[in-house]
Amino acid sequence: MSNIFEYAPAPESRAVVDIKPSYGLFINGEFVDGHGKAFKTVNPATEEVLAEVAEADDADVDEAVKAARRAYTRVWSRMSGAERAKYLYRIARIIQERGRELAVLESIDNGKPIKESRDVDIPVVAAHFFYYAGWADKLEHSGYGSTPLGVAGQVIPWNFPLLMLAWKIAPALACGNTVVLKPAETTPLTALLFAEICQQADLPPGVVNIVTGAGDTGRAIVSHPDVDKVAFTGSTEVGKAIARAVAGTDKKVTLELGGKAANIVFDDAPLDQAIEGIVNGIFFNQGHVCCAGSRLLVQESVADEVLERLKRRMSTLRMGDPLDKNTDVGAINSGEQLKRIRELSEVGDAEGAERWEVACDLPTKGFWFPPTLFTGVSQAHRIAREEIFGPVLSVLTFRTPSEAIEKANNTPFGLSAGVWTDKGSRILSMANRLRAGVVWANTFNKFDPTSPFGGYKESGYGREGGRHGLEAYLKGEDS
Amino acid sequence: MTPTSSSTASTASSAGVFDDVVRSESSLRRFLHGLPGVDQVGCEARAAGLATRSIKTTSKAFAIDLAIRMVDLTTLEGQDTHGKVRALASKAMRPDPADPSCPATAAVCVYPDMVATAKQTLGDSGVNVAAVATAFPSGRAAMDIKLADTRDAVEAGADEIDMVIDRGAFLSGRYLDVYEEIAQVKEACGDAHLKVIFETGELQTYDNVRRASWLAMMAGGHFIKTSTGKVQPAATLPVTLIMLEAVRDFREQTGQMVGVKPAGGIKTTKDAIKYLVMVNEIAGPDWLDPDWFRFGASTLLNDLLMQRTKMTTGRYSGPDYFTLD
Repeated sequence: MSNIFEYAPAPESRAVVDIKPSYGLFINGEFVDGHGKAFKTVNPATEEVLAEVAEADDADVDEAVKAARRAYTRVWSRMSGAERAKYLYRIARIIQERGRELAVLESIDNGKPIKESRDVDIPVVAAHFFYYAGWADKLEHSGYGSTPLGVAGQVIPWNFPLLMLAWKIAPALACGNTVVLKPAETTPLTALLFAEICQQADLPPGVVNIVTGAGDTGRAIVSHPDVDKVAFTGSTEVGKAIARAVAGTDKKVTLELGGKAANIVFDDAPLDQAIEGIVNGIFFNQGHVCCAGSRLLVQESVADEVLERLKRRMSTLRMGDPLDKNTDVGAINSGEQLKRIRELSEVGDAEGAERWEVACDLPTKGFWFPPTLFTGVSQAHRIAREEIFGPVLSVLTFRTPSEAIEKANNTPFGLSAGVWTDKGSRILSMANRLRAGVVWANTFNKFDPTSPFGGYKESGYGREGGRHGLEAYLKGEDS
Repeated sequence: MTPTSSSTASTASSAGVFDDVVRSESSLRRFLHGLPGVDQVGCEARAAGLATRSIKTTSKAFAIDLAIRMVDLTTLEGQDTHGKVRALASKAMRPDPADPSCPATAAVCVYPDMVATAKQTLGDSGVNVAAVATAFPSGRAAMDIKLADTRDAVEAGADEIDMVIDRGAFLSGRYLDVYEEIAQVKEACGDAHLKVIFETGELQTYDNVRRASWLAMMAGGHFIKTSTGKVQPAATLPVTLIMLEAVRDFREQTGQMVGVKPAGGIKTTKDAIKYLVMVNEIAGPDWLDPDWFRFGASTLLNDLLMQRTKMTTGRYSGPDYFTLD
């Protein structure tokens, strides 16, 4: 008997999901045709075309904003917080009930492993709706008043399609705003399924409007004169464009942008757990995470040992079919993103960093990139400065805590950081000195609706989640 | 089973590696306290993560047969009789009388006074006799009594000795006493394999489990074992994870392999498969062998047999179709 323990394929069934051949826009509680040029969304693991999706042009966006405005003035802003909460609770429960369906659809459209969509994305989505449902009738205790802003225009990315939707819609609705939301063009399907859930929950028409499309549709939302609030999660480049577009208007803006987080491992760290944290920090969701721990800063005295353990651990990562329940690393979301990851990795090679990647057979179809790390990286390398947004880890070393702080903060970004040490006092002093919105201690990439999330510097402004997340959707105490 | 040549040969070499460490109480303490700490939350999250692996069809069949081969079929009761031990030994050799293709278990595990009876039934079937010795389960007896207990079991024919460490000595920081006790028991074992039981439910912290693992490995234990089964909690996934990391790291450092045996509380096939996944992904496939991984269990075997029958026949038979001993 050989002792090779092969895991037989354990695919989650696709039968729970009914993907329609084409989808319209969700405006005023109904699905309607779009007037732009319809586009296709594909399964990034196979390049199979999943559905044709309508594109919203300026007129469609205008319809959606009008519907949102009507719903805001006639229904949603007049409704008591307790009544709004009932709808949010209902939505949260339906998300839980249809959790498997949502998880499978998310994995098919996004490429992320079912393990993550099932155990992280969808449960956290439901938790966000439950959490903000609880706030809806307690806003006078929020510290930010209880007056909503009006119509929120929201544009979200493709890395956590439904989770980002929840981060945007749940607090907006709890505070009494109505929304026009655009999901990313490569991952629109769960947002459209969410639209069905709004119907199922009898949410008043126009409170939630989902318009699909790419950059032009996003621009139309952001620059629409009747939008009171713009919320965006995505690249720093687009974030800057949005900031320019709304400058001089009285729109409120929150931006959650890129990151290049330092994951700092001291020599007294719990090493085996630190290795897990490094792996989870950069290979979770194929590294398509704005707060990913993409720069490993490891103390020189343990660098060799950490690298050896890290490589051994990376070799056990299972890459492949996102719907297989044993898959750890899924597909890159799009050909375009794959191209960017490849380009930046080649820059890493050219700049003299040493590439090491997991030896594995990549599927011939679809978009794949093996878990990769670069050693011999210095602060001057582009792979230490630019967000790769893929499963690529840059490894740097440091000698003292001050050097670690200096290197960690030496970036235009400041979204998150991680500290690994058994010394409690060091955790606190590092957290005080790190210029990052989130600092994880002896863990990484943990999300909870009660905890605010957001960045310093070019990682954006405003906070999402927790009590602080309400501020973005309320007028404030004095108004 | 005869002790594998690698372990006897390399015990001597690893003893050399750690000469400086075990030279004095303070050097041993420095070494054990210098091992990387364990973050409880992270360790438990890792174990829970591995427990979500989905093992189906061919891989499940592989895992079930492997798990059966790894069972130390155990009875450790005051009410044990020779008749009961004979019945258990028969079951260990032929777990499923209806299916000759079903493999035998690794060993039966009994108190020392039952060793001769077990040995008589098992003969040269290849199923080992393991005996719990050293004033099991509390370990509270004088050293000469513990050694006599061990020698008695070996003389009666035990192939493997499951000793308990002195948890009182360990928790009060007298590591060298524990080390020397293990070394002496090992000497008393002669050719028999030594499994060192920590009673992790009493050591409580993962840091302690890691330290105890290194202590036992340095002292020459062939196996490290979680629990007696008499204290709750007995074996858990995170505790076993720490021990699997320890044997993996010990081999990196010394080239020598040490086995791991979780015992107590593992009752279902589903549980057993979670452990095998952990062995596979933490220690590595080399440990997927009865020489290097065991389950200390009694009720687990019948659940494995029921699942095995279901895999081969497609039907799930009731418990009456499997022998109770």
